[in-house]
Amino acid sequence: MTAIETPQADGRHVGRPLKRKEDPRLITGRATYVDDLNPVGTLWMAFVRSPEAHATITSIDASAALAREDVVAVYTAEDLDLAAPLPMAWAPPGIDLNVPEHWPLARGRVAHVGDPVAVVIGEDRYSVVDAAEDVIVEYEPLPVVTDPEEALRDEVLVHPDLPSNTVHEWSLGGGDLEAGFAEADVVIERRIVNHRTAGGAIEPRAVLAEERAGHLTVWSSTQIPHFLRLFLSIMLDLSEERVRVIAPEVGGGFGSKLQIYGEEILAAWAARKLGRPVKWCETRSEAMMVTHHGRDQIATVRVGAKRDGTVTAFHARILADLGAYMMLLTPMVPSLGAFVMSGCYRFPAVQTDIVGVMTHKFATDAIRGAGRPEATHMIEVALDQLAVELGLDPLEVRRRNFIPADAFPYETAIGITYDSGNYQGTLDKLLEHVDVEAFRAEQERLRAEGVHRGIGFCTYTEICGLAPSRAVGPSAFGLQGGGWESALVRVHLTGAVTVYTGTSPHGQGHETGFAQIVADRLGTDPQLVEVIHGDTSQGPNGLDTYGSRSLAVGGEAIARAADKVVARIRRFVAHKLEAAPEDIELRDGRWIVRGSPDKGFTLPEVAGLAYIPEDIPQDMEPGLEEVAFYDPGNFVFPFGAHAAIVDVDPETGKVTLVRYVAVDDCGPAINPLLIDGQVHGGIVHGVGQALYEQVVYDESGQLVTGTFVDYALPTAAELPSFETDRTETPSPVNSLGVKGVGEAGTIAASAAVANAVMDALRPLGVTYLDMPYTPMRVWNAIQEAAR
Amino acid sequence: MQITLSINGETRSAEAEPRTLLVHVLRDHLDLTGTHWGCDTSNCGACVVLVDGEPVKSCTMLAAMAEGHEITTVEGLARDGELDPVQQGFFEEHGLQCGFCTPGMMLTARALLNENPNPSDEEIRVAISGQICRCTGYANIVRAVRWAAEHEAGATAGEEAIA
Repeated sequence: MTAIETPQADGRHVGRPLKRKEDPRLITGRATYVDDLNPVGTLWMAFVRSPEAHATITSIDASAALAREDVVAVYTAEDLDLAAPLPMAWAPPGIDLNVPEHWPLARGRVAHVGDPVAVVIGEDRYSVVDAAEDVIVEYEPLPVVTDPEEALRDEVLVHPDLPSNTVHEWSLGGGDLEAGFAEADVVIERRIVNHRTAGGAIEPRAVLAEERAGHLTVWSSTQIPHFLRLFLSIMLDLSEERVRVIAPEVGGGFGSKLQIYGEEILAAWAARKLGRPVKWCETRSEAMMVTHHGRDQIATVRVGAKRDGTVTAFHARILADLGAYMMLLTPMVPSLGAFVMSGCYRFPAVQTDIVGVMTHKFATDAIRGAGRPEATHMIEVALDQLAVELGLDPLEVRRRNFIPADAFPYETAIGITYDSGNYQGTLDKLLEHVDVEAFRAEQERLRAEGVHRGIGFCTYTEICGLAPSRAVGPSAFGLQGGGWESALVRVHLTGAVTVYTGTSPHGQGHETGFAQIVADRLGTDPQLVEVIHGDTSQGPNGLDTYGSRSLAVGGEAIARAADKVVARIRRFVAHKLEAAPEDIELRDGRWIVRGSPDKGFTLPEVAGLAYIPEDIPQDMEPGLEEVAFYDPGNFVFPFGAHAAIVDVDPETGKVTLVRYVAVDDCGPAINPLLIDGQVHGGIVHGVGQALYEQVVYDESGQLVTGTFVDYALPTAAELPSFETDRTETPSPVNSLGVKGVGEAGTIAASAAVANAVMDALRPLGVTYLDMPYTPMRVWNAIQEAAR
Repeated sequence: MQITLSINGETRSAEAEPRTLLVHVLRDHLDLTGTHWGCDTSNCGACVVLVDGEPVKSCTMLAAMAEGHEITTVEGLARDGELDPVQQGFFEEHGLQCGFCTPGMMLTARALLNENPNPSDEEIRVAISGQICRCTGYANIVRAVRWAAEHEAGATAGEEAIA
């Protein structure tokens, strides 16, 4: 038995469930994550972190730590000579943001539990932890505010040197909201809380930095090696070409590694200072405390509708708890939701008003879905609430408001153009799997037996393929950068192919899917196409992986680079066969003159023509490689219909997910196996938030959920298998027709589960309840309703 | 102290402090980095190895305690260049994404199949419920273990399912 597939000669690989090229190294323990690297002489870092949520640092005594034989240095903020603070990369035009300075070590004052005060560097993993305990820090506690609504009142300031806790106000709307509500027969309003969650990548963060002769190499468990190189260069005042960042095998990200973390900067800074490699591996307790959180929004959602369920106005007012510091994209995240506040519906008037506020908690930032799960949750939960109010079937309300399949490209009320969609189509397909009528009969029967079963739906669309520079860039949405992606496709003399992508995967399977795209275009086998990623010294500049962009932007860049190589192949072959380049085509693995299959060249033979160019015209360059940069014309908008079925035990409040069916449309599949994997994982991320996961701080700002004992990630025992299906509606935005799928499951799942729980609870008198549906919360709601 | 361990059929020695956890001796002293470390509380199971055939979270065991026991890590799963059916199953059924939890998952699956050659999906789920995967949603891990059960040397149970 071997995990390496033998090369196949038959052309078409796109669309097939090819097994992953990544897997052989991963299933044999031969993959290399950051913590697997131990260069000779490596020093270890450990942090002294604040136990207080808000306090003045009155003294730091590191003498006992420094006296230890195995300690090399202890640094505090005073020692750091960084050229700039940690970055926040969003500056929306016309909006003032009230942003505190954020340094890798706290300067005189701490603002959340875990704020690093000092870093201890020593000879080994264990001894630096001991030494960190020997650093004596005295704090003078300051008043703490952890509730975002209380924080809005500015009675306690998160940063006393700033005028207010409010970071920003940001709005996006379109259509006549007032008129929409005026013509509504019914208006409902719900307060919908989307609680704080953690990314939960199973590999905690890790960084290793080494400087040799003025050149810095940093290995980091990051989603964004190219951004990290840029900010290392800025913060360390080091010319960018001297900085190399490598994201080797990365053990999951889910947005939590889409960040520039102080620990990464400190490791690099210390490695330069001490002239030895410096390494830091986060503990899980640190990960829960200081790897950015997600969600944490309180929304007030108002929906106006006609009696028949036609929505006339949709208004979401969002208070976002951003935590104590603005990290890379912290205040931007809620705004991503505003772009799809129309959901998959023809809402004539839509408005999103966001207020970002600071509290003495760690920063929130992008976690799988980033703003879109919150928006989708608001829309889909509110539509179910509306349906109940109107006495209508929740699916009927959705159908009545769907943007019809023939209306694409469709410009929503806020002026965003959805590229393609067939929302009725995915719902129809879902209902082929889920017999609602039969379910209702079963529900009735089970209720008589004391089992409260519920069904919930979510029909969603989302915005991803984060790119168009003209839409997301500095003068538009305000991200301080572009949104393109790059690729280099290199055919070697032997016909083997190396592809360099600017995206940086952490489990998604890029090496397989991208190889399929290139193999088909060049007429080779994916097993002979190696995809290189995550090393800033390899290949062209890139913009990394987040926002379900890798395929729709990075994959298209690869397709375009491959097409450029194809253009070169045509010229070499045309010259050799004395034909016109446009008459050269790929057939059965050979490049031939159209209609003359007798003579032809395989890819290795073409490579021979290109690299041993004895016989090419003077104006023709030898070689067979090309670079492409791609900046798309629009985002892409995947969509789908999900159904969740849950059982609620009214005696204990326990909610069990019984069945989950997902129909997603992310355009034509490159590799359906990878899509299923992304959908499965995405669903569980949303189910986890709905049923189990919550980051909890108490009133004094202490983190209650500091480990996996308290923060309940779903395990296999809690979950059913999923039923997944797809429809394929191509996107007109890119030549592959593809849309992202990494976040879709998460974006849909929490609302589907929430609606199912409420469907189950409604006969018990509970009409609305916020996530997470923990036994205590559900049981309390049932008791309260019975009173 | 000198710690001598029997790992994947080989005798290996390391000089480590008595307090050193098995996971760290494996990784940092013996360069067996296929075993991972993912949490501080024995919840995630990324560090699972087999100790005398039983899955053990190697972050809960001092290396010194492992002396005299037979330890199997992911590096020892394949024999004579042949993948273990569990490894092959994870490959066939897309049972992994980032791969960080995978070694621990596979070792638990191996122990399960040694005890119970034909487990139900429910039994597979319970067996791996002490471990966390954030990527896959577990569905394909369950399929992977089932694939392995159906393809064990001498397996008969699954053959109908394949045909």
